[in-house]
Amino acid sequence: MEFPSDMEIQDKKLDNKTLFNIAQSARSLIIKMVYSAKSGHPGGSLSIVDILTDLYFKEMVIDPKDPEMPNRDRLVMSKGHASPALYSILALRGYFPQELLMDFRQLNSKLEGHVHRGVPGVESSTGSLGQGLGVAVGMAIASKLKKENYRVFAVLGDGEIEEGSIWESLMAGSKYRLNNLVAILDKNGVQLDGFTKDIMPMGNVYEKVKSFGWNVMEFNGHNFNEIHAAFDFARKSTDKPVFLIANTVKGKGVSYMENNPKYHGSPPASNEEYEQALSEIGARIYEK
Amino acid sequence: MKSESLREAYGKKLVELGRVHKDLVVLDADLSSSTKTQAFGKEFPDRFFNMGISEQSMVTTAAGMALSDLKPFVSTFAIFLTRTYEQIRQSVCYNNINVKFVVTHAGITVGEDGATHQMVEDVGLMSGLPNMKVIVPSDSVETESVIDYLVEKTKTPYYVRLTREKFPVLNEEGYQFREGKNTVLRDGNDLTIFANGSMLSFALQAAEKLKELAIDTAVINVSSIKPMDRSNIIEYAKKTGHIVTAEEHSIYNGLGSRVCEVTSEEYPVPVVRVGMKDSFGKSGKSWELFDYFHMGVNDIVSAGVKSFREEKKYETIS
Repeated sequence: MEFPSDMEIQDKKLDNKTLFNIAQSARSLIIKMVYSAKSGHPGGSLSIVDILTDLYFKEMVIDPKDPEMPNRDRLVMSKGHASPALYSILALRGYFPQELLMDFRQLNSKLEGHVHRGVPGVESSTGSLGQGLGVAVGMAIASKLKKENYRVFAVLGDGEIEEGSIWESLMAGSKYRLNNLVAILDKNGVQLDGFTKDIMPMGNVYEKVKSFGWNVMEFNGHNFNEIHAAFDFARKSTDKPVFLIANTVKGKGVSYMENNPKYHGSPPASNEEYEQALSEIGARIYEK
Repeated sequence: MKSESLREAYGKKLVELGRVHKDLVVLDADLSSSTKTQAFGKEFPDRFFNMGISEQSMVTTAAGMALSDLKPFVSTFAIFLTRTYEQIRQSVCYNNINVKFVVTHAGITVGEDGATHQMVEDVGLMSGLPNMKVIVPSDSVETESVIDYLVEKTKTPYYVRLTREKFPVLNEEGYQFREGKNTVLRDGNDLTIFANGSMLSFALQAAEKLKELAIDTAVINVSSIKPMDRSNIIEYAKKTGHIVTAEEHSIYNGLGSRVCEVTSEEYPVPVVRVGMKDSFGKSGKSWELFDYFHMGVNDIVSAGVKSFREEKKYETIS
C-alpha cells in the first residue's frame, strides 16, 4: 500500500486500515528509537499512538509544509515523556525526515528526551507533568481573542492528573467556556511506580471532570471507529470544553510491555525483546 | 522629596500601553486591587484574566498565550509567584517566550503582614533561570520606563520586582531605563554603594553621612540585576576600591552576591553586603523593619566604614 497523498490526508479520506498501518509503523519507530537510545518511555507512547495518528492524519487542520500557519490547530503533548510517539507521528506526517528519529536523546540531536519546541510541529516544550493543559488553555483563549478560530488539543496522562495544576486548568477552561479546547486523557492505568489505582486512586474521573464543567466522553483509545466518534463528539460541543477519556493499554501492541509498569520508562531489555517487539507489531509498511 | 507608588505607576502604564497594543493581555490571581492591574481589567475586560487563586494555571495559561503571539503580563505578590517556579522554568523560560512577570509586595516593606508574605529570595530564584532577565526598579519613574521598554522592545521572559510602599522619586522625569546599564546617581572617589529598589534612597542618605566622615561616596542604581552592568562595577571597583551593596532582599543570590561575583572574577576589592542575612522577615511597620534587620541608613554607613577596616586587616596580614 502506498503512503497516502497529501490530498487524501487533507480531504480526511483515510480509512481505518490505513490509519492502523500508520499507527503500527509509528509503533515500530517508537521501539527502534528507545532501543537505539537505550532509554526513553515506550509504554505511554504505545498507548497514545493510535489517537495521535488520528489527530495528525485526520482530525487536525495542519500543514507540515507550513508548521507556523497562523490558524493551524495546536496540540500540546502534556505527557511529554511520550515524545517517541509524537516524534514518530510528526516524522510520518512529513514534518521532518524519519532518519532523524534514530538520533533521539543523543547530544546535538533536536529530538530531546522529552518533547521539545525546537522540533518542527511541536508547539510547546513539555515533560514536567501538569503544565500542558494550562498552556492549551492559554492557546485556546488566544484563538478566541484573535478570532483565528483554531482548535487546541492537550494530551494528558492518567498519572499526570494527580498534579493539582491540572484541576486548576480545568476550572479555567470551564470559566472561559473554551469550546475550542479538547483534552484527551490517555487512561492506561499505569505510572512509573506502579498502577495508578494503587499510587493515587483517582476515583471516577468522568464524574469529577464533568463536575468541573466540561463535556466528557469515554471511549476505546485503540479503536478507530470509537476515536472518530469521540472527535465527532468534541466537534459538536459548542458550550463547553471537552474532556475525552481514552481507555487504553500501556505498552499496547507489544505483549510483554502491556500493563507492565517496568516499560513506562525502559526500552526493550535485550535484542530478543527488541526483535519480539518488532515482530509482534508486524505491519510497519510506512517505515522508511 | 515626593514619594510615589511603584505599583500604581505599573497599573497606570499598563492601561496606557493597552490602548495602543491590542495584543497586550493581563493575568492576575485574585490580587488585582493590590497589584493595581485592576485598572487594566476595567478598561479592557476582554483582555484581563483573573485566574483565581491558581498561580500555576495563571503561569501556564500565560505561556500558551505567548506561544500564540499575545503579550501577557502576569501579576501577583512576589511570594505567590515563586510557588510556580517550575512552571516558569519549563513552560516560559525553556520555551523562551514573551511572558512578563511583574510582581508586587516584594521584600520586607509588606510590613505588618509579616514573614509569610515577605519575599526576600526571589531575585536569586529568578536570576538562576536561563533566558530570564531580572529588573528591580527604584521608583515610579523607573517603573514606568521599564514597563514601556518591555512592551516596546522585548520578546523574552522578564521578572520585574515591585513593592507595596511608596518610594521617593529619585529619577528625573524623562529618565529612560537601559537594560544592563547602571545609573550613577552620585559620583565619589573613596567608596561605591551599589543599591536598588527601596535601598537606593537610603544609600543616598548614607552617602551624605559618609561625607561627614570624609568618605567620598558614589551611589549607583543597579536596577538591571540580570543582565548586570559588569563594566560599570569593575570601573567603580578600580576607582573607589571599596564597595557596599544594599538591597531589600537576602544578601545571598541577590545584588550583593552578583556584585561579589563580578569583583572577585575581575578586580577583587572589599565588599560589604547590606540586606537580609539568611532570615525570614517579621511583622512590623515597614520602616521599623529596616532598622530591625540592620538595613537602615546608619547600617549602610557602618558597612561603608567597615569596608575600610577590612582593608586594614589585609594590610596587617600582609
